[in-house]
Amino acid sequence: METFTFDYPADQKATARAHVGVVGSGDLEVLLEPSPDQTAHVRINTSVDGYGQVWKNVLDRFFTRFRKAVRIEINDFGATPGMVALRLEQAVEESRQ
Amino acid sequence: MTAAVTDLDRLLSRKSFIELSARERTKALLDAGTWRELLGPFDRLHSPWLEMQDIVPQEDDGVVVARGLIDGQPAVVAGIESAFQGGSMGEIAGMKIAAALDLARQDHERGIPTRPVLLLETGGVRLQEANLGLAVIAEIHAAIIALRPHVPVVGIIAGLVGCFGGMSLAAALCSHLIVTPQARLGMNGPEVIEQEAGIAELDASDKRLIWSLIGGEQRAAVGLVDQLVEDDADAIAEAVRAAFRAGQPDSYRSQQIPQFLARLVAIDPALVTDGPALRALWGKGEQA
Repeated sequence: METFTFDYPADQKATARAHVGVVGSGDLEVLLEPSPDQTAHVRINTSVDGYGQVWKNVLDRFFTRFRKAVRIEINDFGATPGMVALRLEQAVEESRQ
Repeated sequence: MTAAVTDLDRLLSRKSFIELSARERTKALLDAGTWRELLGPFDRLHSPWLEMQDIVPQEDDGVVVARGLIDGQPAVVAGIESAFQGGSMGEIAGMKIAAALDLARQDHERGIPTRPVLLLETGGVRLQEANLGLAVIAEIHAAIIALRPHVPVVGIIAGLVGCFGGMSLAAALCSHLIVTPQARLGMNGPEVIEQEAGIAELDASDKRLIWSLIGGEQRAAVGLVDQLVEDDADAIAEAVRAAFRAGQPDSYRSQQIPQFLARLVAIDPALVTDGPALRALWGKGEQA
């Protein structure tokens, strides 16, 4: 297991929270909630070691379009980068409802 | 021809219960708009033991506890998420179920008729949490027995994991146990039996054989479960409502000790007793 943390600048306030996914084979759990400060914080627990750069790439891309001050926690059980991106989008979608 | 088309329409319009996550399953059983989760993922009550063993935790520890109404009456539904660690019972996961049952009992003692439902999709104890997992499974057993004089405790095994180990005892203790044909119920899972006794004893990859021994239809045919329902979320929710309307059973399976001993005596261990042979021996559907 490996843990990563990333911070991204944010210029919009988040208000809602969302929970999607499950820590099952090839899947992940995403918890998205408002951040206490004006920065987006991401913390990842992943079962697959050695993919820090891939996580950074996926999150860099996500935060080019998403500018809200959120706290995201990810518990990953070997999801592919595509799956991670979809779950992040789903969490954003759910938080809008 | 017309009948076939109707069947197809019914098949296509059917909402699978098995395909739902544990959280969605709890929602499907509660009256619309009444669902609220207790100790959800944002409470971050996850296992303290998994990370020490390099295993990624889940923030709800794989158990969803939801309150709401069933048929307009207060209810609590505890659902096990089989996708997380095989639905295994760790300290937190098991204690959430035991506490939910215990609080339901306290409700009854204060005159609140809370209806308890358990969604038992589990391989049993979480091996990484060893004795703590076993201890909470015992707590769940005790809590079911303490609660069931007040109100029927309804258990559901939908599949596809099934219900095994110490939690198969929890299933057996339920006042009313509902299964689908896809469900399996047994003490040791087929893979465990194959590993311990050899492939000559049981081939765990032989699905037809496994379901003929421990599948939902077989368990219903020999009276080890109360009700067989198709994999349909609406049908299962209706079966739950009907179980509470029907009220208490005449006697609990766990009290029918002489009858079950007589059943065991009837089996000749020198012979191979397969599924159909057991049905012939133990009779169809009747209580032991």
